[in-house]
Amino acid sequence: MSIDSQNKPYKPFALEFKSSTFSVPVLVLSSDDLVIIEHQLQEKISLAPEFFRNSPLVLDLQEINKQGYDINIVALTDIIRKAGLLPIGIRGGNVQQNKQAIELLLPVYSIHSGGVSADTQKPKTIIPVPETKTDIDADVVVDVTTTTLITQPIRSGQRLYAAGDLVILAQVSAGAEIMAEGNIHVYNTLRGRALAGVRGNTEARIFCFDLQAELISIAGNYKVSEDLDEAVRNKPVQIYLQDQALIIKDIMQHH
Amino acid sequence: MARIIVVTSGKGGVGKTTTSAAIAMGLAKKGHKTAVIDFDVGLRNLDLIMGCERRVVYDFVNVINGEATLNQALIRDKNCNLLYILPASQTRDKDALSQEGVGKVLDELKKDFKYIVCDSPAGIEKGAHLAMYFADDAFVVTNPEVSSVRDSDRMLGILASKSRRAVDNEEPIKEYLLLTRYSPERVKLGEMLSVDDVQDILSLHLLGVIPESKSVLNASNSGTPVILDEKSDAGQAYADIVARYLGENRPHRFIDDKRGFFGKLFGSK
Repeated sequence: MSIDSQNKPYKPFALEFKSSTFSVPVLVLSSDDLVIIEHQLQEKISLAPEFFRNSPLVLDLQEINKQGYDINIVALTDIIRKAGLLPIGIRGGNVQQNKQAIELLLPVYSIHSGGVSADTQKPKTIIPVPETKTDIDADVVVDVTTTTLITQPIRSGQRLYAAGDLVILAQVSAGAEIMAEGNIHVYNTLRGRALAGVRGNTEARIFCFDLQAELISIAGNYKVSEDLDEAVRNKPVQIYLQDQALIIKDIMQHH
Repeated sequence: MARIIVVTSGKGGVGKTTTSAAIAMGLAKKGHKTAVIDFDVGLRNLDLIMGCERRVVYDFVNVINGEATLNQALIRDKNCNLLYILPASQTRDKDALSQEGVGKVLDELKKDFKYIVCDSPAGIEKGAHLAMYFADDAFVVTNPEVSSVRDSDRMLGILASKSRRAVDNEEPIKEYLLLTRYSPERVKLGEMLSVDDVQDILSLHLLGVIPESKSVLNASNSGTPVILDEKSDAGQAYADIVARYLGENRPHRFIDDKRGFFGKLFGSK
């Protein structure tokens, strides 16, 4: 970005604080054995190297502290960086660990902000909320990096996962499952299961031409077919989250 | 260039073997040298439908294991000298088939035949997987009821993701819908899905509709493919399907209630 403020007759704001919500993976540790941690981390990463490359990471130390282990934060972050991940903070640490983290310029997050726990994948997932409840313009920036475009039908039994948004031009059959970390658009009939914001993005939405879905979910808040209102069935709809409730609206009805 | 056609469905009892026999015979009758292979190892039926069960010496598994040559195992059809049948083994199971072995047999057949019809077993396990793996075209046989349609949809997903063409990133398998055991009267009564309902769910090119017909059972019992019964509605429907597959433009039949005025007046509800 170029800075051209000297050309302007008045002084514009050079910066602005905004509050953003991000979805960040949390690494929950349950052992203090650095050798085992390094080995298992490599194993996990080898399953999806592209996915983990340069991914931000928050370290959750609550579990090992509960079990009475101690862990060297400096050595631990070294291992994680070596694996290609970028630690951006810790949580659940003790006084000593928090101090070590700050010395490493790693922010300390409160454990109460929640997060997707690695071992308990409950349908209700909560994303980390920013620590400072500010009254600055709360504009939520959703970082959508990629869009996956699908032109073929998604058949019964097929599963599809998109790291960003998912756009499907063909139908999604009953018994199929589509998942996206971002939004889902189906420009055809949606009969299968559609899960948007699977990593906790509560701003994600689902759009479809003809709603006949077996299940719809945004950030873990779901409804099954039986719970769908007859008024929105077989209609072009958008689905979003408002106060943790799924709102399904006929897109055409506003006009 | 030879083309490999798989006749598949996912669900059992929808008419895969009847269809395989009929279209293989239809293609051969049109002058194309055709082989039809029974992939249902352990539950061999094709030879019965084709009426050649008394002439089986060697089978598909023998050829794969190198215990017989392809020429020894192929049975020439008694009605049409351009049609050959490769029967399944009744004493073995699907594990006797290997991808490599099936590939070798198909490669050898491709040198000599124009069409190779693979009669798939039901299910989505090994036998069905190998039957569809090398296919160029797929005839998806579906009955007009929800469970059959769902299973066909599942099979279409497998064709699109697990076949050789999908794995090698080639042009995908051409998929055709064959709706069998169709009864316009029952559709009218709401007891059966209509052609439109099925196409809406599967969004697939309709190659033809085979009406529910006594002639199919008669043909099976007598061991002659139903397509040879030229007077029967099912036989004509299969002849249409073969012609359409070969590029002829034939209007669809057997979709609407064919009973005349008096039939409707006095026919049972």
